[in-house]
Amino acid sequence: MDSLALRILAKHSGASAVEPGEIVYARVDKVMINDVTGPMALSVLADAGAEDLVNPDKVEVHVVMDHYSPPHNWDSANAHRRLRDFSRKYGCVLHDVGSGVAHQLLAEGIVKPGDLVVGADSHTLTYGALSSFATGIGSSEAAYAMAAGELWFKAPEPLYVEVRGRFHTGVTGKDLALHLLKVLGPVGALYRSVEFVGNGLRHVNMPDRLTVANMMVEAGAKTAIFPYDDVIEYWLRMHGVLPERMWRELTLDPGRPADIEVDLSELEPLIAEPPMPTRVRHVTDLEGTEVDLVFVGSCTNGRYEDMVALARVLKGRKVRARLIVIPASVRVLKQMVSEGVLNTLLEAGAVIGVPGCGPCFGAHMGVAGNSEVVVSTVNRNFPGRAGPPTAKVYLASPYTAAAAALTGRITDPRPLLAEHEWVCL
Amino acid sequence: MGVSVMRVRGYALIVGNDVDTDTIIPARYLHRSEPEWLGEHVFDDAPGIKGRLNTTPKPVAIVAGDGFGYGSSREHAVVALKAAGVAVVVAKSFHRIFYRNAINNGLPVVEADLVEVRDCELVLVDLAGGTITASSGCTRRIKPIPPQILEILECGGLKEVLRKLASEHHRT
Ligand code: SF4
Repeated sequence: MDSLALRILAKHSGASAVEPGEIVYARVDKVMINDVTGPMALSVLADAGAEDLVNPDKVEVHVVMDHYSPPHNWDSANAHRRLRDFSRKYGCVLHDVGSGVAHQLLAEGIVKPGDLVVGADSHTLTYGALSSFATGIGSSEAAYAMAAGELWFKAPEPLYVEVRGRFHTGVTGKDLALHLLKVLGPVGALYRSVEFVGNGLRHVNMPDRLTVANMMVEAGAKTAIFPYDDVIEYWLRMHGVLPERMWRELTLDPGRPADIEVDLSELEPLIAEPPMPTRVRHVTDLEGTEVDLVFVGSCTNGRYEDMVALARVLKGRKVRARLIVIPASVRVLKQMVSEGVLNTLLEAGAVIGVPGCGPCFGAHMGVAGNSEVVVSTVNRNFPGRAGPPTAKVYLASPYTAAAAALTGRITDPRPLLAEHEWVCL
Repeated sequence: MGVSVMRVRGYALIVGNDVDTDTIIPARYLHRSEPEWLGEHVFDDAPGIKGRLNTTPKPVAIVAGDGFGYGSSREHAVVALKAAGVAVVVAKSFHRIFYRNAINNGLPVVEADLVEVRDCELVLVDLAGGTITASSGCTRRIKPIPPQILEILECGGLKEVLRKLASEHHRT
């Protein structure tokens, strides 16, 4: 047996092996709830009389205030209050307002390779970039997992992606994610575990891997896993985690036939047009489209490296479109401050928000107006997602977003980067 | 509850492919989770669907194509549909979190392709017998639901399973 997902699932269910399609109960290492899905989970626990089953010796529970951060009205402030009180009483790890987006925070040294993680948020599969089995669930299931320390899973069929070559300048993990969504479509990976192999992976850094794993849910994937290697080990060390020897076993046989092959050197800047993340086009096909608002942030592209990409294009220049930038965590924000990136962005005309989801979720802090055109580094562009249904959201990399902010139009970022090659931040 | 989910009926509401959870219940309503509130705002950003939902007799059977429940993990989507009178969803395929949320809330979800069915036709879903019949005469075998999942549905949802777990725990 090879699939990392099946191996991790077997280990957590006490079986020697599990087959795709099999339904198993498995022990979970971590459960995450946020300020949208969490209150409903707490109601389920209270209604079922199961609150006192929640305890940190059974399972580590992370409670993250990221979607309404800071709260935008009385209801969300009260939901936060309830989550805070519950966390204190039952020993959950609380990530309060302004800490950042769950999927960045848990990737900053909390999730470990080989873990089985469930989160009441569909983008939980982001942590697969750290060789873990991580998947999204609903609120009732989060409640169940918090109380029981286990949950039922249908073992997924693996879908292997082989990666070769390396990115050209101006092309990133976001373009790889969009390319895969174009190939797979909205149900192309339904219920599957997308697993990456190939010697091109050594050129794909952790921020890019987190972006790719994050967006595989847009093709219906249950989980998306990168095999353990030096790139992961370096990221973990940077976040204060000492590697364990057994993580080295979390690799895939490189000789296996893949379902999809990608040569990174053939990728170009891509963009998803509304109304779906799988409607992927070349940036050059849409060049010239006028843009009102640019958003850089979210669990997809709110990391420090994304901010550097943005600053590389904007250094010493002024934006034409409105630009909202939200770091994915307070750690990212601190690094932006210490490395001068924040100042570069402020000089260019960016508006900086509190670490968290920002307008990605469409409820507050920077949503678009009627018929406005948005270029955004987030993962979804369904109608009504980031403004009224008439607003048009295009999904792109931080480079492409930067180019749109600078020119006020959809623009290929590569020539701009070439002009700016001498820039040091 | 136990017997009733095994045979459900509803008047068809046809919705097409890739209906996402932002369309079912937009984010701007999620700071509250009362069923009445969510049911009132179901499909607010899809007036075409909402208008027909309002005029379809209740209970409603949503009949969808591929990828129903695309997107977010919000269980609010299932709560909203139930509150709006939806008794069953039949789709060619479902996105997995929506599927699990539906089962966990005791809302039957069935994989089948019902292309011939029209709006407002009466659809009968027999989970025990494994068939779907529509009033126009269209019948389908449904993909059998695994026993572990059927058990949750018959219990009335995962909350009920959790309630049992909690009471066993408190007894010991
Ligand atoms: S940043 Fe956007 S996609 Fe990520 S968790 Fe927040 S709302 Fe969801």
